Amino acid sequence: MARVVVDVMLKPEILDPQGQAVANALPRLGVNSVSSVRIGRRIEIEFAEEPDLDTAREIADKLLANPVIEDFHISIVDESAPAEVA
Amino acid sequence: MRIGVVTFPGSLDDGDAARAARIAGAEVVRLWHGDAGLHGVDAVVLPGGFSYGDALRCGAIARFAPVMETLADAARGGLPVLGICNGFQILCEAHLLPGALTRNQHLHFRNRDQFLRVESASTAWTNAFTAGQEILIPVKNGEGCYVADEHTLDQLEADGRVVARYTRGNPNGSQRDIAAITNEAGNVVGIMPHPEHAVEALTGPSLDGLGFFTSVLRALAGATAGGQLAGGQDR
Repeated sequence: MARVVVDVMLKPEILDPQGQAVANALPRLGVNSVSSVRIGRRIEIEFAEEPDLDTAREIADKLLANPVIEDFHISIVDESAPAEVA
Repeated sequence: MRIGVVTFPGSLDDGDAARAARIAGAEVVRLWHGDAGLHGVDAVVLPGGFSYGDALRCGAIARFAPVMETLADAARGGLPVLGICNGFQILCEAHLLPGALTRNQHLHFRNRDQFLRVESASTAWTNAFTAGQEILIPVKNGEGCYVADEHTLDQLEADGRVVARYTRGNPNGSQRDIAAITNEAGNVVGIMPHPEHAVEALTGPSLDGLGFFTSVLRALAGATAGGQLAGGQDR
């Protein structure tokens, strides 16, 4: 069965203090090569029937993302495809 | 005058909001999120707290509560609505006010008494103040950083719709120090700090919060005297 994945990210112009806090912690891991971290949200939606992209877009626009501060991207993940190597 | 106070699952300050309205002289009607009826109230307070556990985003789920559908229509018809803290977040999510409230820039939950400057005394909820007046009421939020695009901010300023600003320090990074805004008609106000916690000497840092509740009673009395009850006919 396929599921619809909605990725929600803060718009580029909106400050992401959480991402900044993570970026500021990285030197303590010995990592000094990262210039920026931004944190978003991934939402997986499973439909009872065939995935409906229009409905998914409506859900994302009206509820999952706040268009004032966030952008979203919708994709379909086919679970029959081989799993990605972790 | 009947002021309704809505309780959502996760509301915390509904009791204090009701108490503040009562002290100001209103008859309080407790409203329930799952009940679409407004029960003939003359004004509504959306209280602070963590409705629906702040799931997804603060106020994002509460916006779809049955009471909010009725309230949104009534607010567009002129019903005075005050959203405090989480209530402000709900009003933004419901598009009754522009912009959004985001995570405090310093990431800390901020809980302290806060000075504000009242910028507009012409809303239904601030007519008891004078423009420029400094007041002291508690602020307590984790996601109180007000953001909007530059055009919206400029428009709010130009229209005199910035109702209050933080003074003597901005507790959360809000753009242009905005603590409270209103809609075009001036009947819907969202404020991040908590006027309902500053209505009694025993528990508050001042009695400054009471002015928000006496303001709406005055606005309603004026509207009734003028034969034009705020809130429209379809309640």
